[in-house]
Amino acid sequence: MTSRRVVGATALSAVSELPAVADGLVRPASASTGQILPVLPELSDLLPHRGLRRGSTVSVVPGRPARSGGSSLVLALLAEASRAGAWCAVVGVPTFGAVAAAELGIALERVALVPYPGPEWATVVAALIDGVDVVVAAVPPGVTASVATRLAARARQRGAVLVPYGDWERADVTLRVVRSVWEGLGRGRGRLRRRQLTVSACGRGAAAQPREARIWLPGDTATVAAAPSRPPARRASLRVVGGAA
Amino acid sequence: MTRPVRTLLVWCPDWPVVAAEIVDGVPATAPVAVLHANRVVACSPAARAEGVRRGLRRREAQERCPALILVDDDPGRDMRAFEPVVAAVEEVAAGVQVLRPGVCAVAARGPARYFGGEEQAAEQIVEHIAQACAVESQVGIADGVFAAGLAARVGRIIPPGETPRFLAPLPIDALGRPALTDLLRRLGIRTLGDFAALPAGDVLARFGFDAALAHQLAAGRDHRPLVPRRPPPPLDVSDTYDDPLDRVDVAAFAARSLAERLHEQLAAHGLGCTRLAIEALTAHGQELRRVWRHDGLLTAAAIADRVRWQLEGWLTGRRRRGADAPSPPPPTSGIVRLRLVPDGIVAQGDLQPGLWGAVGAERERAHRAFHRVQGLLGPEAVVTAVLGGGRSPGDQVRLVPWGDERSPARPSTPPWPGRLPPPAPALVLPTPLPAAVYDTTGAPLAVTARLELSGTPARVEVSGEEPVAVVSWSGPWPLDERWWAPEEARRRARLQVGLADGTALLLSLATGRWWVEAVYD
Repeated sequence: MTSRRVVGATALSAVSELPAVADGLVRPASASTGQILPVLPELSDLLPHRGLRRGSTVSVVPGRPARSGGSSLVLALLAEASRAGAWCAVVGVPTFGAVAAAELGIALERVALVPYPGPEWATVVAALIDGVDVVVAAVPPGVTASVATRLAARARQRGAVLVPYGDWERADVTLRVVRSVWEGLGRGRGRLRRRQLTVSACGRGAAAQPREARIWLPGDTATVAAAPSRPPARRASLRVVGGAA
Repeated sequence: MTRPVRTLLVWCPDWPVVAAEIVDGVPATAPVAVLHANRVVACSPAARAEGVRRGLRRREAQERCPALILVDDDPGRDMRAFEPVVAAVEEVAAGVQVLRPGVCAVAARGPARYFGGEEQAAEQIVEHIAQACAVESQVGIADGVFAAGLAARVGRIIPPGETPRFLAPLPIDALGRPALTDLLRRLGIRTLGDFAALPAGDVLARFGFDAALAHQLAAGRDHRPLVPRRPPPPLDVSDTYDDPLDRVDVAAFAARSLAERLHEQLAAHGLGCTRLAIEALTAHGQELRRVWRHDGLLTAAAIADRVRWQLEGWLTGRRRRGADAPSPPPPTSGIVRLRLVPDGIVAQGDLQPGLWGAVGAERERAHRAFHRVQGLLGPEAVVTAVLGGGRSPGDQVRLVPWGDERSPARPSTPPWPGRLPPPAPALVLPTPLPAAVYDTTGAPLAVTARLELSGTPARVEVSGEEPVAVVSWSGPWPLDERWWAPEEARRRARLQVGLADGTALLLSLATGRWWVEAVYD
């Protein structure tokens, strides 16, 4: 697989002055999580290998307006892989909703947060790519294309999945929140129960064909797994309930 | 046959009671009784004066002394409290054997010669314990531990060779073997002297091995040698440098040789350590100490790496973070001393790596990466979230630095009424954003004392953004937390609102102002 390919070390040396961890280069073939990290079944249709392929870059772009589903989508992307035993790191997200993450099934003891990476952003992300399976990195303004390319190359070499959160030019797959509709909250009564999120995916190579999916996130009982969404049937029945409310 | 060892025995009367005073603050001057399995095992002098005795039932003891303070027996507490006493004795006499909490023994010869006589040695030790730990003690010196114990009860020094004569008139109960003494008493043997007078062979034949040993003790032939406590071996390694180390790589190189020494030492004792503290001291007296945790044994190279990260962070990383991270100021001179202190010591064989190699390796790799980032940005820069109890999404989460113990801030078991129902917001603001909420008439929205909204919410204006129309809302949900502690008291009313652009917010009204607490992102 491509993730085993060793890219010339010169491409990486500028990203980090830190010495390469020699044994990190070789990943045991029996790693519990394999070459494709699992994702929630609702999201698998959007991704070319029905999962997060090691070494790939999957960026998440929050929709318009900025706070309508991006964070939840990132958490949902991590959930199944984390449950399967993968190690995750989240860089530059001081607003990480740990309770929501736990409700989605993320194993918090295997998630490290670096809320304020500061100007060392690229070095921190590079160091985490060396050791962690999935690295979520909120993209700060002013990341140059060369840094982006180097980080992607490092992820490919180490077999990690890089999930830039924000605008990222050369991602393998870009997930974008198109629309978000909450249900359950009325005028002066009820409470937020679930949300239908429309997510579009486009990218390069196998993901070149744009796709779109509607998912319930969070689902009815907050855990997506407990509320599997079969969009056509559920949507119809729910619209009635929503209208009645 | 050699003579029994001259033994100096230190006895702290009513130790369980004293320990309860030291550890739990129970006043030992009041009538106190320590209970185990509903029976009194120790009592204070005041309680004894009221007629409380060892072995009494709880009810009986309370009947004799209604003001009795009852304390549960805790051998661990007794031993913990006794440790400083042992340390104090060790300061004046070498080779201390702890017999049980409250009683320890040393060979009398050394201190007696050092202080110029057994009496002086006894005085010195009692005095030193009183000064160092404020604990009352008595000393007895005799031939053998058994006799010294009895001598300490009466605070006497038995001259050499006089021990059998001292023991002879004592009651047979002093042997501390209830079954045997009961039998002997029924046979008409009431003192140690009577027992000692029996032929040894017959005692062995009639009563067995244990009685034969007791017979030897009663005759003052206590040949059991003292087993002195061995102080734990010092495992830390340190080195001082005449030329201050002013470069990180030089310090890391020096740390490497230190690490090798540490390894040799740990291996020689068959130990491994789960935590390692690295201390660096500069020429100007600044000290930097950090504890690194890991599973298994760090190699010399890994220790050198950690020294480098730590110093690198100290020299460069902290300066960048500026004022938001309270950290020691950067060093003003080179390092003159490095010290490695192993902590969390376990026997080498007790280290339990993960059962499946791959899982252990993944974990190891991830930890290494996190440690590296900690070395770059400081230990508090990499955190992990621990869920606990609480009523708002921010309260339920505690962020602990990576590697520290994952304990929640509040227990999750109480029901926490008023907690937000799931789903939880995916975006929790560390500091709430100020917001303005208006009703349909354009007036600021308020919540009355009866928890009613002053109007229908119509628009929300989050600080610095365009106002957005409210399409749905729920609440207000009141929250009145910790009203009994004025410093921490918080009164809030919370509102879930759905906005026209599809976002949903958790607003809270506190002290007359609206805040965005979290976003259902």
